[in-house]
Amino acid sequence: MQGLLTASLVVLSLAILGCMYRLLKGPSMADRIVSLDTIGIILLSMIAVFSMLFKTTAYLDIILVIGVITFIGTAALARFIERGDVIERGDHNGGR
Amino acid sequence: MNAETITAAGELLIGVLVLTGASLSALGAFGLVRLPDVYLRSHAATKSATLGVLLVLAGAFLYFWLYLEHASAKLILGIVFVFMTAPVAGHLNGRAAHRTGVSLWEKSVRDDLKQTVKPGREGMNGPQGESSGD
Repeated sequence: MQGLLTASLVVLSLAILGCMYRLLKGPSMADRIVSLDTIGIILLSMIAVFSMLFKTTAYLDIILVIGVITFIGTAALARFIERGDVIERGDHNGGR
Repeated sequence: MNAETITAAGELLIGVLVLTGASLSALGAFGLVRLPDVYLRSHAATKSATLGVLLVLAGAFLYFWLYLEHASAKLILGIVFVFMTAPVAGHLNGRAAHRTGVSLWEKSVRDDLKQTVKPGREGMNGPQGESSGD
């Protein structure tokens, strides 16, 4: 099982490397957001594999926190490239 | 068939589950590198990486439950959260890409939203008029 988990870590690292290529190269901003989202999700599964390797349950909080931060970051960045601001001030937009 | 055999088989099963999830994530990253368009890339990354991380977290939950006697509610919560939010994030990103005018692949056949959604920044409630002027 240790060998299988280590092989999983290697495969996940290669996946993060592919995402890093798209993050640096990507022609549009949306490509970079997609690859950042994927990096966050793969990082989450890497931490799950690490907590299995080390036989500890102390890392399980980090899984939740990284999931939440990845989603909020993706939503905020998508909203930013769509509208130009993240938090609307609501001056004369009908209270949105 | 003694207990040690069952333990070893269970560990092997969990290892194979985790390795399958990691391979699916790598497949999503491969699609992210190779596909020609932001929408196709989003398709590859969102679906297969989500399934991969769900398999890895399910393997971790089984491992902690069966071998460390710790049924972790945090892992269940993480599985549910990733399962709910990854498609939403992919949809938000695809909509933002289409509205900011990222072009499709040149071999794409049709674009159904070309008539209704004008490229450029506009508000979320387009049909009601009064899009957020900035």
